[in-house]
Parts: sequence; C-alpha cells; structure tokens
Amino acid sequence: MPVATVTPVNTDDTSLISKRAARARPLFDPPIVKRAIGDSFVKLNPRAMMKNPVMFVVEVGAVMTTILAARDLASGAALGGFTFQITLWLWFTVLFANFAEAMAEGRGKAQADTLRKTKTETTARKLINGKTETVAATMLRAGDVVLVEAGETIPGDGDVIEGIASVDESAITGESAPVIRESGGDRSAVTGGTKVLSDWIKVKITSNPGETFLDRMIALVEGAERQKTPNEIALNIMIAGLTLVFLLAVVTLQPFAAFSVHSSGSGTAPSVTVLISLLVCLIPTTIGGLLSAIGIAGMDRVMQHNVLAMSGKAVEAAGDVNTLLLDKTGTITLGNRQAVEFIPLNGVTEAEVADAAQLSSLADETPEGRSIVVLAKQRYNIRGREVAEHEAHFIPFTAQTRMSGVDIDGRQVRKGATDSVMEFVAEHGGAPCGELTEITDRISRSGGTPLVVADGGRALGVVHLKDVVKGGMRERFEQLRAMGIRTVMITGDNPLTASAIAAEAGVDDFLAQATPRDKMDLIKKEQAGGRLVAMTGDGTNDAPALAQADVGLAMNTGTMAAKEAGNMVDLDSNPTKLIEIVAIGKQLLMTRGALFTFSIANDVAKYFAILPAMFMVTYPEMGKLNIMGLHTPQSAVLAAVIFNALIIMALIPLALRGVKYRPMSAASLLRRNLLIYGVGGVIAPFPGIWLIDRLLGLLRLA
Amino acid sequence: MKQLMIAIKATLLLTVLTGLLYPLAVTGLAQILFPHQANGSLKVVNGKTVGSELIGQSFTKTEYFHGRPSAAGNGYDGLNSGGSNYGPTNQKLSDRVSDDVKKFRAENPTYTGPVPADLLTASGSGLDPHISPASADVQVARVAAARGVPADTVRQLVLAHTEGRQYGLFGEPRVNVLELNVALDQAAPVRK
Amino acid sequence: MTTNGLFQIGLYLAVLLLLVKPLGAYMARVFQSERTFLHPVLRPIENLIYRICGIEEAAEQSWKRYAGGALVFSAVGMLLTYLLMRVQQWLPWNPQGLGNVAADLSWNTAASFTTNTNWQSYTPETTMSYLTEMAALATHNFFSAAMGMAVAIAVVRGFSRHSSKTLGNFWVDFTRSIVYILLPLSIVVALLLCSQGVIQNLHPYTKAATLEGAVQTLPQGPAASQEVIKLLGTNGGGFLNANSAHPYENPTPFTNFIQMLLIFVIPAGLTYTFGKMVKDTRQGWALLAAMTVLFLAGVFVVYSAEQGGNPILAKRGLQTQATATQPGGNMEGKEVRFGIANTALFTVITTDASCGAINNAHDSLTPLGGLVPLVNIELGEVVFGGVGSGLYGILLFAILAVFIAGLMVGRTPEYLGKKIEQKEVKMVMLSVLVMAFSILGFAAAGINLSTVGNSLTNHGPHGLSEVLYAYTSAVGNNGSAFAGLNANTMYLNVTLGLAMLFGRFLMLIPLLAAAGSLAAKKQVPVSAGTFPTHGPLFVALLVGVVVIVGALTFFPALSLGPVVEHFLMQQGRLWS
Repeated sequence: MPVATVTPVNTDDTSLISKRAARARPLFDPPIVKRAIGDSFVKLNPRAMMKNPVMFVVEVGAVMTTILAARDLASGAALGGFTFQITLWLWFTVLFANFAEAMAEGRGKAQADTLRKTKTETTARKLINGKTETVAATMLRAGDVVLVEAGETIPGDGDVIEGIASVDESAITGESAPVIRESGGDRSAVTGGTKVLSDWIKVKITSNPGETFLDRMIALVEGAERQKTPNEIALNIMIAGLTLVFLLAVVTLQPFAAFSVHSSGSGTAPSVTVLISLLVCLIPTTIGGLLSAIGIAGMDRVMQHNVLAMSGKAVEAAGDVNTLLLDKTGTITLGNRQAVEFIPLNGVTEAEVADAAQLSSLADETPEGRSIVVLAKQRYNIRGREVAEHEAHFIPFTAQTRMSGVDIDGRQVRKGATDSVMEFVAEHGGAPCGELTEITDRISRSGGTPLVVADGGRALGVVHLKDVVKGGMRERFEQLRAMGIRTVMITGDNPLTASAIAAEAGVDDFLAQATPRDKMDLIKKEQAGGRLVAMTGDGTNDAPALAQADVGLAMNTGTMAAKEAGNMVDLDSNPTKLIEIVAIGKQLLMTRGALFTFSIANDVAKYFAILPAMFMVTYPEMGKLNIMGLHTPQSAVLAAVIFNALIIMALIPLALRGVKYRPMSAASLLRRNLLIYGVGGVIAPFPGIWLIDRLLGLLRLA
Repeated sequence: MKQLMIAIKATLLLTVLTGLLYPLAVTGLAQILFPHQANGSLKVVNGKTVGSELIGQSFTKTEYFHGRPSAAGNGYDGLNSGGSNYGPTNQKLSDRVSDDVKKFRAENPTYTGPVPADLLTASGSGLDPHISPASADVQVARVAAARGVPADTVRQLVLAHTEGRQYGLFGEPRVNVLELNVALDQAAPVRK
Repeated sequence: MTTNGLFQIGLYLAVLLLLVKPLGAYMARVFQSERTFLHPVLRPIENLIYRICGIEEAAEQSWKRYAGGALVFSAVGMLLTYLLMRVQQWLPWNPQGLGNVAADLSWNTAASFTTNTNWQSYTPETTMSYLTEMAALATHNFFSAAMGMAVAIAVVRGFSRHSSKTLGNFWVDFTRSIVYILLPLSIVVALLLCSQGVIQNLHPYTKAATLEGAVQTLPQGPAASQEVIKLLGTNGGGFLNANSAHPYENPTPFTNFIQMLLIFVIPAGLTYTFGKMVKDTRQGWALLAAMTVLFLAGVFVVYSAEQGGNPILAKRGLQTQATATQPGGNMEGKEVRFGIANTALFTVITTDASCGAINNAHDSLTPLGGLVPLVNIELGEVVFGGVGSGLYGILLFAILAVFIAGLMVGRTPEYLGKKIEQKEVKMVMLSVLVMAFSILGFAAAGINLSTVGNSLTNHGPHGLSEVLYAYTSAVGNNGSAFAGLNANTMYLNVTLGLAMLFGRFLMLIPLLAAAGSLAAKKQVPVSAGTFPTHGPLFVALLVGVVVIVGALTFFPALSLGPVVEHFLMQQGRLWS
C-alpha cells in the first residue's frame, strides 16, 4: 500500500517558544544557515563592524590587502598570487565571524517569526459601558476591559477580573494541558496569544501595544535589544586592549626589520601584506569573532529550557549566585502532606486507629485525606466501605472546628488538630491523656503533622502526616554546594517542622514561619554581605522580593505582578529550574573564558610560523625558529592565516552549544579548562598549520 | 594647593634628613670605625701610596703578573671605570681577543693550553684587581724568567696570595695582582 | 654550571626567604599604625616631620588625592634635583671642582632619579659633585622607593578595605617608609659595607704612583651611604660609573651577597605584608611562589648561557670550560671575584627588580644571557620587582590571571573577595598598553635615526638590543643598560627621560584608580565556587599570564635582537 508521505503537522506550530521545537532544531538548521550566510555579508557594513574592534581591524586589513592585490593584478601579476590568497582568507575570516553571529541570531529570529504569526490578526471584544465592541487587538490600551469566551484568543496581557475559564497556554509554554484562570488570587494573570477553551472571562488589560509579554518575548528571542553584559564588556575591553598591543607590536616591527635589513645587508623589510597577516593572526580573532555569538547562544539556551530571561545580565548573574532561596512547598517537597504512619494509644491496636482514620476520611477529598485512605488500605487492607449502606453523616473540615469526621452507626469518629480533637473528646466525657501529647510532640519535632483520631470520648491514636521531599533533591543540593551555592529553604511552617524537612532535603539553611517581609529582609541581609541571591516566586506578595533578588525567577502560572518583578519567567513553572539556569549562566562565562584563552594560546604557534618566514632572507639563521618545517615563507604565512580563519568556523558549534559544565569545585574546573583550552590552545595550531602548509604545497598554492 | 605646600616642605626637610644628616653621620661613623676602608683601602709601600688594594692597575712589563685587559680609559683609569661593552658578536671583541692571544703566546711560549677565560677578557669595572689562580699560574714561568728566580719561588708567592672563597662560601678563588706584584718586588726584586 | 655556583644561588634564595616573614610582618605593623620595637626612637622623628610639613596623620585620602600627593611631591623633588645639578659648581662639597651639569643631561638625570630608574647617561666620577650625589641623587633613592612602597600599600588597601572611599594618606605612608624602614636599614648596612671596603669620605680624589711608574687617580666620596639605598630602594644609580662592578662599590663577594639581598629583601617582604594586610598570608606566599619560579627560571637561563661562553672567543683560544682554578664561560664584562654564578644571579636579580645596579657589563652578556634581563624588565619587573612597584605590578597580573580564571570557572572574576569588573580590567589593560607603547614606540621611533645609530658600540642584532634595552630599561624604571649605547645625546636624553616618566606615572595612576574602585566595593564571601588564589594552580596560572603577556608583546622585537643574535653567534657571524 502506498503511503503518502505527509509532513507531520507540527503541533507546536503555534507555540511561541516550544521546548520540543527548539530542542529539536539542529545546530545547523538549513533555513537558518541559509539566512546566516546572507547576513554574514550584510554585516560587513563597517559601521556595524566597528562595534567589534577585533573584527573591525581584520576588515580594515582585508580592505588594505584588497587594494594591494588589485594593484598587483593591474600590474600584471597572476590571479591567485600570494597577496590575492591572503586577501581572500582575510575576508573569509571576517565572514566566518559574521556567520557565527548570524547563526546565533538566526535561531532566535526563527523563533521570533513563529511568534509574530500568532500576534497578528487577533480581534478583541472590548467592553464599553457594559456593551461589547469588536476592535483590533493592537488598539487595546492598559485599563481596557475585554470579554473573552470559549474558542477565542486572549487579545492582550491582563488580569481576570470576572469569571473562570480553562485556558490553553501551550502557545507560550508548550504545555498542552489547559490551566484554570480565575479572578482574584494568584491565578488571575492571562497572557495575550493564549486561548480560552471553556467558559468566559473578563480581562482587564495591563499593557499597551508593543509592551506586551509577547512583544518582549519577540524582542528577546530576536536579540534586538541585546545589551552587552558586564562581564562581556570587561572581556571586550581586554580583547580591545590586546588588539592594540599586537597592533603596536606589528607596527613597530617594521622599523626594527628595516634596521635589521640595513645591518645584515640582505633581504627586504616585510611587506604590508605579511604584516597585516601577522597582525590578524595575533589579535584574538577567535574570541573576537565568536564573542557575541556566545552571548546570544547563551540566551538561546535559556529559552530552550523554556525560561524567558529579560536580560543577558540576569543570566550572567545566575552564574554568580551565592544563595538560592527556594520555597519549600512545591519546590523542595511535593507540596502535599501524606500519611505515613498510624500510632495507637495504649490499649488500642494500630488497625483500630487505621480503621477509624479511614472512616473519618472517606469523604475527605483533600490530598491528606486521600493519603490516609490509601495508607490504611496498603497497610491493613482496609477497603473503603460502601458508606451508602450505612447511616452516615459526614462532618466537613472548617477553619473554626479544625477537624473533620463522620457520624456513622452511632459512632462519632473525628480526626483533626490535637487541641480541637481533645476538646471534642472532653465534651464527650473523655479525659486528656499525657501519652497523646508525647506522641504529637514527637511527630511535630520530626517535622510531621499529627492528626489525632478519636471515637466519641475516646482518643484512639494519631495519624502521622509528613511532607514528602521530592526525589533527587538532596543530590541536587549537594551539587549546588560543590558549586559554592548555599540553599535556603523558605517555609511558613514552624521552626521545628522546618528544621526537620531542611535536614531531610539537605538544604544548608531554612527560614521558618516566613512572611514576605522576612523573605525580603533575608535577601537584603545576604546582599549586604556581598552575596548574590536567586529566588523563585509566583504570588503578588513575592513581587518585591523578586525585584530585590539578583535573579528572580517568576512562575508563568503566577500573577502578572510577579512576572513583572522578576527578571526571568519560567514558562513551565518549575521552580527547580533555577538550578539549571545557574549552570547556564556559568556555562556562558566559561565559554567566553575558554575561547579567550584558546585564542591567545594559539598565538605562540603563529609566531613560530610567521616570524622565521618574514626574515628568512635577512637572517637565514632565523630558520631555526621554523620548528614546524614549513616549506616556504609564503606558505607559512598563508597557512597561519588560513588556520586562523578556519578555527573560527571550527569553534562555532562550541560557541553555540557552550563549554560543558560539570558541577565541581572551581579549582578542578579551572584545572580542567586550562588544560583543554590553555595547553591545548598552545599545542593545537602546530599540527594544524603544518597540515595546511602541506596541503598548500600539494595544491601548489604556495 | 595644600598638598603642594606639604610637598615643598617635605622635599626640603627630607632632603636635609636623607641627603645631608644621613650621609654625614655615616661618614663620621665610618671614619671612626673603619678609616682604612672608608678612605679607599690605600696600599702604601715605603710611605708612598702605590694604589688601592681593591683597584687593579695596569701591568705590561714581563716581570709583573698581568691583570686583565681594561676598558677603563686607556686601561685602569680610576676616573673612567667601565667595561668594553662589546657584545658577543662584535668584530672588535673578536679582534682584541685574537691580538691578545697572539701577544700572550709570544710572551708565554711555554704555555700552550687554552688561555683561562678571565685573563684576556675585560672586566666590567675595568678596575678588576683580580685574576683567577689559573691565570696567575700560566704567567709564572714568564715572571720567574724575567726576574731570574726559580719558578717555584714565584709559584709559592702566587699560592700565598691566592684567596679562596670568602668565608669559604662566597665568590670565586682569585689572586690580587697588585698585592702579588708588590710582594714579588719585595721577595725577588728585579735586578737592574 | 658548577656545584659551588648552584650552592651559592641556593644559599642566596634560602637566606632571602628566611627574611621575608620577619621583615614583612614588621612592615605590616608600620603601615597599619601598630607599634614596633623602633617606635621609642623613631616615633618622635615621624611626629616632627608631620608637624613641620603640616601633615595630618589621621586624614584619609581618596585615590585621586593620594595619586595627587605622589605626583606633586615627584614634581617638586624633580625640580629641586634639576636645579642642584645646574648650579653645583657654586655649591660646597665639590672638591674636584666639577662644572654645572648640562640642561638635557640634568633633565634626564632628574627624571631618572625621580622615577626610581637611576639611568645614568653620565660618568659620575667626572660629572657629579659630592653634594649633588648626596642631596640631589641619593635623596631620590629614598623618596622614589618610599613612594613605591606607599603606592603599593595603597593598592593593597584597595583589596583589604571594603565599601571605603579612601586608600590611606600618601604623606603618612611615605614618611613611614623612610623613617621606619629605609633609613634604619641603610645606616646599619652602610657601615657593614664600609667595613668590607666601600668608601665613605668627603676627600678629594687620591693620586697614586703605580708600580710601573704611572699615575692612577683613585676616586673618593660618600659612596657607602648611597650604595645601601641604591640597592635597598631598587634604585640602582651608582656612585661610580661601573656601579656594583666597581671594587669601591662592591669590593668583595660578601658585599655582593649583601647587595643582592638588599635588592630583593623589601619586595619579597612586601608579599608577606600584603598577606598580613588582606588577612590571609597564603595569598602573599602564592605571589612569592610565582615570583620565585620566574626568578629561578631566569637565573638558570643566564647562568647556563654565560657558563656556556662565547664560541667565537673559544675558537680564538680562550678556555670556556670551568675548572677549579678559573671560571671559564663568558668573562667579558665580569669580575673575577664574582665569577659566573654570582654575576648571573646579580644580573637576574637587578632586572627582576627595578633596580638596575649592575655587577657586570650587561652589554657583554651572551645573547641569551642578555635576553633574560630584557625580558625580565619587559614582563613588568614583577619578579619581586621594585620596592613597592613589584608588588603592585604582580597584583596587576594577578587581576588579569583572576579575570581569566574567573571566566573559566563560570563566575564573575573575584580576587580577595573583590569583583574584577570593567573598571579594573580597563585600568590594568591601560598599564599593559602604556608599557608596550612606551617601550616599542620609543625604540621603533629611534632605531633608524642616525643620532641613535652613531651612539651604538655594537651593530647588527646587538645594536637593536642596545636601543631596545635602553627604552625597556627607561620605561621599566630599571636603569641598567646595554651601556655600549652612548646615551648622553640630546635626543636620547630627552626621549629616555620621557620614557621614564611615562613608565612610572602612567602605570602608577591607573593602578591607584583601580585600587580606589576596588576599595569601594563590597567584599564577596569565599565559597566553593570561588577560585582559590593561594594554591599551586593559581601560581602556575599567574606565571603563565605574566610570561604570555610579556612574550606575545615583545617577541617580534626580541626575535630580531637577542634571539637571532644567539643563532648568529653559534654560526660565528661577526658585526663591525
């Protein structure tokens, strides 16, 4: 049966930043490559080049040799002469660097294009005096109120002021399961470009056109507003400084050479072409050419993790973070307390407690209640009874009674907070019991929550509820510790509970009974000590702290206020992602450092290639420095220039992907990287240049 | 402006302290404690100052031990201390050494080995009072012949004037040419 | 290389290292206003100076005012020195009746001594009166050294202080350097040198009747008092032309040993002072370790090159193998009492430091033996280095090393808890640029001029080395020379003078600016993510950065000087 080859419909087509799509996009995606090649030429514009001093110097050199080559041609020299070839490779050097940058930008641009598609042609139903009026989404201003019903696209960012709806946010998050958005509380924020699946909501628009979340995302992924980060600027200064130093070394070489030629009476001073070649080989073109690509790619990597960083500075700061503030619930623990144990009082069997506890929880739909039912079933094989057969009356939990239970077959089974249940017991003629206090205290001390179970006037025992720490957290915190990052758990629990969970999760410190104010004070205290603080948050009351923290990762599910305050938004709303972002930040700096070191280390070999070639005639004895045995002066210079150009190309994947980061101590990390990029950088060009020299010989190019 | 006033006062005051009080105090103390050394370790023979124990002088006569070539003025000029400043690939250096080697061979025909490194190279000060023991040794035969004394007598004198390393640790073994020649004049005067 | 030679080098290093801690701790006490055992005697003198000069001891200065103090004081001192030279004829203590010094030479000499360079375009014996030597030149040996220490301490405060607008008080640091450190040591060691034969008097020159009947004029003068501070302050300007090769300046191997110690003792001690002040002595030891590695590397290159001798002279019939009774090697320009080992050692020490005193003629070193002093100065004289300037120089490289290391471990670089950011990198790169620009720029501008060409004693690659060495020495404030270059010409006097001022003040100001910026920063606490700057890895990195930065900048020029000369010498090629 012939199978029609159908291009699978990309379900993420509408997704602004699709995790899967981004990850699936190969490093050298053909459309991106095609566009990047074109952009490489556009970027030759000197005004754009001037922003990158190193590559600008190369371009100026290339222009100069072009003129020289043209003059040679005019005077009858053969095409393909030495100057011509050098010129060609100098232009390649510039183009390769431009290509790297264009590639990095191209990935962002491709995503931006997808984003723009969803942006266009949305209409809104604006509410004016209780009536709706259809307007273009782009006409909306902050403060306008719109009505959005099932099947419609939300026209702009805003807060739900009325109604409740399930919303498909896959366009932004890539997550297909719909989320609930309702007025009030922490789930009121909606984002333009997402779709209402059921019901309706009234949305108060909070941003003007061009300033929406979507607009910011487009600008970000495009890299249009990319500002250089502090470290990048510092490195740029260093690179520019070194370029000047090398310029000086090469320019002054001319008079020194003239002196040498004069005193040895043979040879000629090196030609401008050769001097330019030497200069281009010496200045840090590798890092100079790849620097902006590294920065853009770093941002891109953050996106691939489905995180929107509002600035490169934030990503860089993440690499510097000293203290990580993590909310306990949802980040460190699963967020639901679960029953782990039934503890009977003297004279009561465990099964009896389990039975009573289960009975009281049968109608309890809270996660805690359900976990009691499940535990009783697991431990004692007590099945959930068909309560309908009995005369059962369920007592729901209220904030006043602080207990719940069931009146069944004349029994009054209750479970709840210790004092509430004991009051109930006393009312029914029971007596307080020291043993019980002992048990509940023990559970509290261990970080758990005790639920006392009673049957009328008789206290039966206690259910031990426990916060369950997510799997693998301890290992992650250990990694963080190795990276030099201290983790602080933030929780509303009492210090006793908090310390127990902190110990179990393996965090370094905790802040118990934390109010938003306490959180803020902690951040300020850490910062005053010179530490950089990262935190996650989603609620409106987290906003000030998110703004204060050096790295504030807001959850996409959170309120608009939180998203505005933080400098990153996690579209997956997964707080543990902060850890990955730290790694990306470090990786960004490491890649720069590694390529810088590699670039400078390369110079050693280039000296050995070019200097003896330059003075072979003046001082034949300089041939002793030609340790690579390059066969002619021309081919030596050419080989060095070609190597210099090709290495940029060869390192583009590394620049885009980033140097591998492993959580280990700074010293071992440095040792490793110095060995690879420092020592490796000294050695690598020797065989490389030698090989190119041989090839040039074989091809009779020089 | 305030700093300028401080600068002027400090310059003058500290110039007096470090430029006058200090050197004059040291001079006074040195003249009391080490008058011989402080005044140039002068070598006085029969009431006449013949030079300094520390400063080499020119010897060209065959009956004297010769010191090293000197680039100080026309040779051992006390006011023009300094070396030849010839670099290792200087034609003049090569020529000078060639000439000196020829002269050395002519004056010391009995010695045929390589010439000790120090004997035909100019010192940095041009006033080096020393030669190496080997450099003295190669001249013994010539000096003995010129003075008409047995070579052993001269050799004994050389040995007596050979200094080892200072305190057994520092520097190199050496012979003070002026001291040796003064001793030679006393022990085996040239018959005139 | 002889066993004894190696032993003497080892002995030197051992004694030096033993002195580091006591002297370093003493200096730390002095600069942190703590009492020392010399306070009963010296505190009144210190107070008197403050009172007379109007210095407020407790007044703190911003980096700008601190630098301003250093500049103003240098300007006043330079002017006074210039004037004294111009009128010395009419002033006392001039028994030889020497005339006034020419304008261009006075400018050059004033710049030279003010900047701690002590380059000498003149023959002191026949140019400078005793008063000029004492009050115009020796004084600068104290001043420029004290200024170096003061600036170094200010830079250290940049690291040790946090959230501070000030770096201390220049006048106080400066005064203390002289009163507590330089002067007491000088008095004691001057007498020690005297006992060995260094002259110290105010007599006219002595005429001696030589054994062969000629007249030899022996120079006299207050040499010992100047000799000590010449070395202790890493100044290097000799009382006599041949400098520490002269038997009246450096009469015995023991004085040679003392002199070498004097050069390194304060720079070495300052690394400990640094460690003390930043409250982590391991940091100081790490710097010292890096310095020691570079120092020993230099010593062994020079020692083996010089002991290897000159094959051209060997061919003429000179012994170049060492034997028990003669030194062998390349003895041109060297003294017999020092031999090869102590000469090589002194050569490396004086150029590692910004001293520039010489106990041999550097121009006559073998090509590789001459390459090392050139490179030492071009590396920025950070191997122990000048008094103060060595410490702030190595801190400059430490900042560079840390910057690279920081990037490689994925953190904003920090050194001693201070983040290294734009401003610091900018200032550090500025210093590196000034150094490269001044040396290469001046040398390249002059190399093909006939006025420079006529000053050369040697030609071919060695001629290039002579010119390169002159500007390297001037910019590095070293003062040693390939002395075959007759530098007492208008062009050379003027340009070398400028080079010295650039090399001193255009280095010093950016570093103080960086220190000012560092002092204002918060201190970042150390964590496992912080790259430790006291282990062997950092030492290796620091050494690597120093060598790479220096080598990459100067290799092209050096390749046409000493490097190619080495190959040419092997081939027996000569230049006339």
